Amino acid sequence: MTAAVSLQGVSRHFGIIKAMDEVNLEIASGEFFAMLGPSGSGKTTCLRVIAGFEQPTHGHIEIFGENATGVPPYRRNVNTVFQDYALFPHLNVLDNVAYSLMLKKAPRAERHKAAEAALDMVKLAGYGTRRPSELSGGQRQRVALARALVNRPKVLLLDEPLGALDLKLRESMQEELKSLQKALGITFIFVTHDQGEALSMADRVAVFSGGRVMQVGTPEEIYSKPNSRFVADFVGSSNILNPDQVSTLTGERRWGSLRSEAVRLAPEAGSALAGTVTTKNYLGATTRLGIDIGGGSIHALVPSGQELPDIGARTGVAFERSALHLMETEQ
Amino acid sequence: MTTTALAITERRPGLLGWLSDQFWRHPGMFVLLLLTPPLLWLGIVYIGSLLALLFQSFFAIDEFSGIVDYSTLTLKSYAELLRPANLDIIVRTVVMSALVTLASAVIAFPIAYMAARYVRGKWKALFYLGIMLPLWSSYLVKIYAWKLILAKEGILTWVFESLHIGFVLDGILAIPVIGGNSLSVSYIGTFLVFVYVWMPFMILPIQASLERVPVNLIDASSDLGATPQQTFRKVIFPLALPGIIAGSIFTFSLTLGDYIIPQIIGSSRLFIGQAVYAQQGTAGNIPLAAAFTVVPIVIMGLYLWMAKRQGAFDAL
Ligand SMILES: Nc1ncnc2c1ncn2[C@@H]1O[C@H](COP(=O)(O)OP(=O)(O)O)[C@@H](O)[C@H]1O
Ligand SMILES: [Mg+2]
Repeated sequence: MTAAVSLQGVSRHFGIIKAMDEVNLEIASGEFFAMLGPSGSGKTTCLRVIAGFEQPTHGHIEIFGENATGVPPYRRNVNTVFQDYALFPHLNVLDNVAYSLMLKKAPRAERHKAAEAALDMVKLAGYGTRRPSELSGGQRQRVALARALVNRPKVLLLDEPLGALDLKLRESMQEELKSLQKALGITFIFVTHDQGEALSMADRVAVFSGGRVMQVGTPEEIYSKPNSRFVADFVGSSNILNPDQVSTLTGERRWGSLRSEAVRLAPEAGSALAGTVTTKNYLGATTRLGIDIGGGSIHALVPSGQELPDIGARTGVAFERSALHLMETEQ
Repeated sequence: MTTTALAITERRPGLLGWLSDQFWRHPGMFVLLLLTPPLLWLGIVYIGSLLALLFQSFFAIDEFSGIVDYSTLTLKSYAELLRPANLDIIVRTVVMSALVTLASAVIAFPIAYMAARYVRGKWKALFYLGIMLPLWSSYLVKIYAWKLILAKEGILTWVFESLHIGFVLDGILAIPVIGGNSLSVSYIGTFLVFVYVWMPFMILPIQASLERVPVNLIDASSDLGATPQQTFRKVIFPLALPGIIAGSIFTFSLTLGDYIIPQIIGSSRLFIGQAVYAQQGTAGNIPLAAAFTVVPIVIMGLYLWMAKRQGAFDAL
């Protein structure tokens, strides 16, 4: 099956800044794909290259098997939900949503009907006559979504669409986006810097850093088998063990990652690793302990209800050998 | 000894300290204070003199003695305006103003667009300088300079002849009504100088309005399938329209009221400004001069009303 979007060795340089550097990605049709990375890692640039606003400096892009290199945005059947919505201020909500149909010279009644349906889909039926300036951030977000979906694009690009929303709204929008994507079967490419959002929503995640793709995989793979210290660090509150510590445990000199929830407290005697408790954060269901093991610290998530050592007390730590993941790369 | 910081610092000494606290507590008072002088100016000096002008136009003048009769109000001056000779003046001025406005907008738009979209940093400063520079020199000097450029023995004729295309100029001058003996005594000349002199007043508002169009709206439009031409028609132009209207208010009203340019460059046929000048000066007919002055005000009012009805200010 042809990939929805295929990037082959794509780079986009701005002078000396390598916003995208040798990116290879294959995004399957109907997939919910997340691009995750810190601010400035090149996610937006990657999205803009797929949308056609930026031309790659090197490399090749295909959309559903068709060459998209050098094709202007208005000829790509790919629509974008912009980070700041980019609604047209001089048009009302209905005309904003119907914009792409108006360009195609669809009859007025027909395009209004389609726009109404799209507004209905994002739960904004009846808001058609309002101006974008009369809507809240969450409502504008939905209008932008309806506008991008009314045309049934082959691929929908979303650039941090939930970034500006408050927590409650963000959670409900996450679920809505997910079910919308399932219902429509459109390929969604979703940019976020929030690892929780990426892991909970996406079928697959690409982790970006410094314009490069560090790792691509399912949320489980990214979370439990990070291939580099960067991914382990960015994707979750993982403990990173240096080659010295790992070699005392396994004999192999490699960097290792260890999930906090896999770490148990144990008597100091008989534990391979031990240290002094330095921090204690109550998180509700668990408590997060920071333990200084000399040459680094380890975090342990201890279920509530269990007895906890005081700060300054010594404790041993234990974990299943299988919980310790050895990373492939040197960094 | 250690000094302890107070949780609340003391009021600054003197009247100013007291005032700033008062203004903070009653922001409305501050606004009122700021607004009073301009409101007085606008209300009394500006609107007041406009109303006085309006009144003048309703008085009658004794045709023999030339004395204004302040005792009765009449519409005689307005009836006077409708005499063919005066109507001619009005139509001539309005047509000229409309053409000057149209031409200014057509020329200014690409310049403003370039400046707003593509010019950055020190080039932008240079752009502003280039636009404003002509405004720094005297209006009269510029007009006389143009008279020399456009005159029969002027640079323009010389350029056309050096390029062996003198016949083009002759052809243009041979056009009835707008042509003439030379550009400096034709309507074309008046038109060219009007367009030149008011150009900054068109470029700057258009540029300001284009500057405020976020780039991502253009991206969004193209993302949704609009060709660059469609994006221009459906997004950029509507959003720049308030700027174009603002610019056209300047060029249109400035042309409607100007009496110097058509006097120096043109075919000695009168424009409204010149008629006002003549009526209140040599002819001493203040009521008719006032009635003439009301014409541009009414026309501008109509123009703005129409622009508003067309939705020109929806993007404000
Ligand atoms: N038009 C541009 N000109 C110059 N540098 C740019 C441009 N767009 C992005 N960059 C740079 O490219 C890098 C990646 O940016 P971006 O793709 O926006 O990252 P992200 O979306 O992950 O925050 C940043 O260092 C940014 O400054
Ligand atoms: Mg971004």
